[in-house]
Amino acid sequence: MTATTEGVAARPRQVYSWPLVWAAALAIVLGLFLMRDRLLWAVEYPAQAVIPVADWIGAIMTWLKVNLSWLTRSIAAVLGVPLNFALNLLAKGFKIGTGPEAFMLPRLSWVGICAAAFLAGRAVGGTRLGLLCGGLFLYIALFGKWTSAMLTLGLILIAVPFCILTGLLVGIWAWRRPWAEKYVVLPTLDLMQTIPTFAYLIPMLLLFGNSPVSAMIATAIFATPPMVRATMLGLSRVPTEITEFGDMVGCTVRQKLWRILLPSSRPTLMVGVNQVIMLALNMVIIASMIGAGGLGYDVLLALRALKVGEAMEAGLAIVALAIVLDRLSQAAARRQSEYHGELTGGQAFWVRYPNLTLAIILLAGTTLLSLFIPFFADVPKAITFTTAPAWRAAIDWVTVNFFDVIEAFRVFLILYVLNPVRAFFEGFPWLGAVFLLGLAGFQLGGIRLAALVAALTAFCAVTGLWEKTMATVYLTGISVVIACLIGIPIGLAASRSDRVEKIVTPIIDTLQVLPSFCFIIPVVMLFRVGDVTAMIATVAFAVVPAIRYTNHGLRQVQPSLIEAAVVSGCTKRQTFWRVQLPMALPEIMLGINQTILMALAMIIICAMVGTRDLGQEVFIALSKADAGRGIVAGLAIAFIGIIADRLFGAWTARARARLG
Amino acid sequence: MKVASQDGPAEKAVDPRPVKLACRNVWKLYGNGASEFIQRRSGKATTAEIVEAGLVGAARAVDLEIRRGEIFIIMGLSGSGKSTLVRCMSRLVEPTYGRVEFEDKDLLSISDRELIELRRHRMGMVFQNFALLPHLNVLENIAFPLSVQGVDRREREARAREVIELVGLRGREHFYPRELSGGQQQRVGIARSLSTKPEVWFLDEPFSALDPLIRREMQDELMRLQAVLKKTIVFITHDFDEAIRLADRIAIMKDGEVIQVGTPEQLVLNPATDYVAEFTRDVQRAKVISARSIMRPLGKAQHAGTISADARVASFSADLVAAKKPFTVVDGDDQPVGEVTPDAVINLLAGIDVRREPLGTRA
Repeated sequence: MTATTEGVAARPRQVYSWPLVWAAALAIVLGLFLMRDRLLWAVEYPAQAVIPVADWIGAIMTWLKVNLSWLTRSIAAVLGVPLNFALNLLAKGFKIGTGPEAFMLPRLSWVGICAAAFLAGRAVGGTRLGLLCGGLFLYIALFGKWTSAMLTLGLILIAVPFCILTGLLVGIWAWRRPWAEKYVVLPTLDLMQTIPTFAYLIPMLLLFGNSPVSAMIATAIFATPPMVRATMLGLSRVPTEITEFGDMVGCTVRQKLWRILLPSSRPTLMVGVNQVIMLALNMVIIASMIGAGGLGYDVLLALRALKVGEAMEAGLAIVALAIVLDRLSQAAARRQSEYHGELTGGQAFWVRYPNLTLAIILLAGTTLLSLFIPFFADVPKAITFTTAPAWRAAIDWVTVNFFDVIEAFRVFLILYVLNPVRAFFEGFPWLGAVFLLGLAGFQLGGIRLAALVAALTAFCAVTGLWEKTMATVYLTGISVVIACLIGIPIGLAASRSDRVEKIVTPIIDTLQVLPSFCFIIPVVMLFRVGDVTAMIATVAFAVVPAIRYTNHGLRQVQPSLIEAAVVSGCTKRQTFWRVQLPMALPEIMLGINQTILMALAMIIICAMVGTRDLGQEVFIALSKADAGRGIVAGLAIAFIGIIADRLFGAWTARARARLG
Repeated sequence: MKVASQDGPAEKAVDPRPVKLACRNVWKLYGNGASEFIQRRSGKATTAEIVEAGLVGAARAVDLEIRRGEIFIIMGLSGSGKSTLVRCMSRLVEPTYGRVEFEDKDLLSISDRELIELRRHRMGMVFQNFALLPHLNVLENIAFPLSVQGVDRREREARAREVIELVGLRGREHFYPRELSGGQQQRVGIARSLSTKPEVWFLDEPFSALDPLIRREMQDELMRLQAVLKKTIVFITHDFDEAIRLADRIAIMKDGEVIQVGTPEQLVLNPATDYVAEFTRDVQRAKVISARSIMRPLGKAQHAGTISADARVASFSADLVAAKKPFTVVDGDDQPVGEVTPDAVINLLAGIDVRREPLGTRA
């Protein structure tokens, strides 16, 4: 760097005059900007120097596909068995025999499933939760989305146990072997969680074809990381005394793990399970592009045909399913075993599990009835209703009456906000970006972080994706800024008033469980396709962590500190600016970090509404089944996420260290 | 290492009970190269050498012998290494150097299989924060050690009910730990550690997390249980009052070293260092010191009563002072060995140092 002259060398690194360094660095980059005609290679990465990573990956995938088809086919066949069983049980019914004498065994009756949902809710969370679950399932049935919803549910039911088991085993392995955690598991998890959902689909599509099985595999891979993390966290949080107790009663290694450590970390594990379920739902919706079918496919079809009413309806069914799954798994996680009177081994099954027994009886009974009474087999057309026309009418009304306002807003955003920023970013010299980000990495985390950040940035350029990368960065950046401008003040208000918090919490809880797809639908209705839609949907999706972490960070400032400030005569304003905000800053920065990652994930999905960035690149690759192109673009997206995450992480760590 | 010799006025004959558990020059050092460091010096190192090597000594050159059926208390402030030491004795922590003997067998050289067997059947431990399993109810928690051994359900539940009865938890069998108070939770911890009928019973600050009234109640409970069970008890505490209430012998630790081992009375009368003296300063002496320590040879005066040589002064002081005449002191065979005068008791109660006029100088 610049300041290591002899006089300074002896002193620690903190005495670099960072403002000066940054001024110099910015001047250099500005110079690059101005001399873009002379140094074009430093501004736009030369096309002839692009490293054809995409072609290499493509070649590898083709080779894999040709040479491993026996393996992939057998995997698909094996996984297909439980999956088809679940899909038949819930949605399709079993076909026995072939030809004209084929006989259909019915699927589970919708009446029975609604009743079972009610019972499950009541068992884990009381009558109110029961009514919510049963009611939402009934809602899905009455809106004519039953079969689609059951297809989606079936995929989740098979994928989730698989994720949980894999996550547990990998988590246990990583916990046992610290080197594995540090060098294998954590980096893999980081990458897996920043690679966009779309990018998972491409290799699955190539290897397993367009089928529910490949959708299930993509879902399983995508949804496993939180379980791994929860397992590692849970195990490391078991109190030392409990571990010692296990040793003292003479547990073998296996007994200690399965009978002491894992049960003791149950609360943390259940948080992991909840996250797995929600991610699986999110992914199953997106995996409809490679044959998952179900609600996601309904949305996809409707969006492609611009039938916003139908899309909205399917979207609402997804929301209903998401809420049921989330609330059920959360209640199950919170539920603690309680004193329920004397239970000994000898009692009958139905005495020990009354709810389960009742649910089985109801399911079996209604399904049997459905053989004879059509009412139980399919939701009768007479009692279903559709709101699609209503939605369409509403949209029409809005467009007719507010077209000018909306259009003016849209054009204003495009002309005065989006386009200038876009032009700036897309013209940004790639070498300058590598340099500046590397410098930031050096300041925040030393030479290793600098090298990592610079290398990842350079990857985006040398693979020839610079322009698309910057398009992604620009859209993500604007969305993050707006999300923070909206979210942080709301979080602030929530932290100051319990009433506001009470209103805000259920809203952000619900926003958080909704699959990303759902955010696009209402925005598309109003703003049609394009960058504006992408931006608004992204802001709505990514605003949650900004609100949540701001509120939480401010609320967790120790009351004694605030009392100390008040006693020393601080005004409210002084207390806020000089005590609360600095103490809460690391937490707020963590929230912004999350917001960035979520915005990035959403921007990619917004490729469906016609953005022109890396997401579009993946989207195109998906439709052409071009694995190399898709994976490289996916990696570039992941790298943007990792760069942001590492820089922010280092910054937050420094702020925390300063606060002690 | 200067472990004070026990040649106080109350020196008893050598304890006839066999040694159950012994530490022989046990070291636990933390830091890089700790093992080579102490091997190279064959188990000898000064504080300065340890600090210079950048190591931390959690247990240093500990020599202890714990006899069958005694309540042996390891006492020290936090960070003195008492928890580490008790974990070395059960091999929860692997000592860096030295021998730990369980009935003359070297605990550190046995196989994992043998260690598991030993812990399953012959050791029990009670923890400061109870360490109950949150997903099991009281009965299942108490039966857990047996279930790990593969004892069948009927038998282990019968045994669990026995110990539940013993610790007075009947009627709570199906409660979960978080539905119980702290005192009740520790009763579960105690019952659980007793379910396997251990010979050596480690209690790691078992009552420190309880509030003072409950603590006292639990101490009484422990004394009651010990009167019935006669276990070899290794009890850790940082509370000196608790130590003198319960202990047969006390080892005082500081910075990983045992600085004195003795009965409560020996510690009070003959503290080895100022540090020990500081601990014992506020102790109510009448509750610790026995008649033997303040008696003088039989005189010719008339005696108003008879007391045992081991009786604590507090147990007879009121009667003696009221009688205004000396009491005869008798030994275990009812032979008179001396007398205690009201003046001696008053001196003791008034805090006039008894060591200044020990037995014999007056004769």
